[in-house]
Amino acid sequence: MEIHLYQVILIFIFACIAGMGSVLDEFQTHRPLIACTIIGLILGDIQTGIILGGTLELIALGWMNIGAAQSPDSALASIISAILVIVGHQNIQAGIAIALPVAAAGQVLTVFARTITVFFQHAADRAAEKLNFKLLDFLHLSALVVQALRVAIPALLVTVFMNAGSVQHLLNSIPAVVTGGLNVAGGFIVAVGYAMVLNMMGAKYLMPFFFLGFILASYLNFSLLSFGAIGLIVAFIYTQLNPKYQEPKQVATAAGSSAPLADDMLED
Amino acid sequence: MSEAVKKLTKKDLFNMFVRSNFQQASFNYERIHALGFCFDMIPAIKKFYKTDEERRLALKRHLAFFNTTPAVCGPVVGVTAAMEEARSDGEAIDDGAINSLKVGLMGPLAGVGDPLIWGTLRPITAALGASFALNGSIFGPLLFFISFNLVRLALKWYGLTYGYRAGMGIVKDMASNALTKLTEGASILGLFVMGVLVTKWTKINVPVVISQTTNQAGVKSTMTVQGILDQLCPGLLALGLTLLMMYLLKKKASPILLIFALFGVGILGYWLGILK
Repeated sequence: MEIHLYQVILIFIFACIAGMGSVLDEFQTHRPLIACTIIGLILGDIQTGIILGGTLELIALGWMNIGAAQSPDSALASIISAILVIVGHQNIQAGIAIALPVAAAGQVLTVFARTITVFFQHAADRAAEKLNFKLLDFLHLSALVVQALRVAIPALLVTVFMNAGSVQHLLNSIPAVVTGGLNVAGGFIVAVGYAMVLNMMGAKYLMPFFFLGFILASYLNFSLLSFGAIGLIVAFIYTQLNPKYQEPKQVATAAGSSAPLADDMLED
Repeated sequence: MSEAVKKLTKKDLFNMFVRSNFQQASFNYERIHALGFCFDMIPAIKKFYKTDEERRLALKRHLAFFNTTPAVCGPVVGVTAAMEEARSDGEAIDDGAINSLKVGLMGPLAGVGDPLIWGTLRPITAALGASFALNGSIFGPLLFFISFNLVRLALKWYGLTYGYRAGMGIVKDMASNALTKLTEGASILGLFVMGVLVTKWTKINVPVVISQTTNQAGVKSTMTVQGILDQLCPGLLALGLTLLMMYLLKKKASPILLIFALFGVGILGYWLGILK
């Protein structure tokens, strides 16, 4: 398919937004479900964008940045794979095969970007010394440009230099055993993401609830929404019945005395 | 000067709320959200301090290391603003008190925020959205975007205004049971749904044939490894793989490395014909 100039511009703009979103982690524009859908919308094939987005979202479910630890990059992966799948008329499996190496490359880029921003931090120290409020605001927000460009420039290059023929040529050069293997692996790579979430929760004594969900869903054919409702009810019952939460008065005073800072301040 | 003049107005608080949506804009490996926190505080600093020296000191105070889950930064920003207000009114609050309060709150808040936001809210809204998106429905991405952001924005706004109102009282609230209860409840929901997803949405198939028998009626029945495993419990391999990944991640294996390793397993297994 032919890509028009306005589409190139829109992709560039959205890639900037997704790049900023990947560091802000607020509106989730960098997540596959959103990013692939928007790229699909821009390229006139929103259906493919949504399905690819849903597929990649599941794989990336546990990709999260906790503290200073960096996860694979979903922004660049979603955008590049959506462009190539739609422009090159590829199937969703090809999208997964494209997305994962790109996510690794994006991770390197974002680590690089977050190192560059140390410079902005130091410039802010000097701006504070000079009491320059405007410059402080500017430095904080302009650091986003680094993140925007690290996604937008690769996306722009791919959009401009790739066409249906070259995408097909590229993907056809991959041996069948590799594409077949990637297809198979796409089914269970999600496990890494699940493991990331489970480890982050860090509450070993609550793991029985994980196994409960597993066993119920292995044998019952409910929708995800109804499982969510069951989980909510289970959580509610557990916290309601837990003796730990039965005497809030007593525990609150004990905790209050262990925070002398609070007592000092409460006198005024 | 009367206190009322210096109070933050709703407009100031809204300004700080908007700013807190850019909490991680200058995320850097040296001081993480340091500049972001200072950026949130600027409207308050301008309001409370009028002399250059006071303002300079206040800015510097808030360029110190800070890091928490971005969605729950509101209460810390709010309570810090309340402390700065008291300080500008002549209360004896030194830099150390303000900084130790920030440090003292950011850890416990991340302890609530990470399981709540990254462990429960996002995986669940994203998985729900994806379940619709897999059928090509626009409802999927919309559901995820709207529901996640509604909760997140509410947390930011109410967190900020609550922190500002509660002031130092927040320390007492933080130590109370309500927060542990919320974290524990959210963790249970998150873990439960993860268990569901592991079995429902992981696809592993080992079609290796173990035996082939033909019964008297002439019907051929094949017994595969997958068939036996499914008889034990469907999703057993997915569960084992997830537990293995948890173990390896704890041993400091990088996630992207594991992803590529699983790629390798997929290709090898497909080539050998033991995975399909």
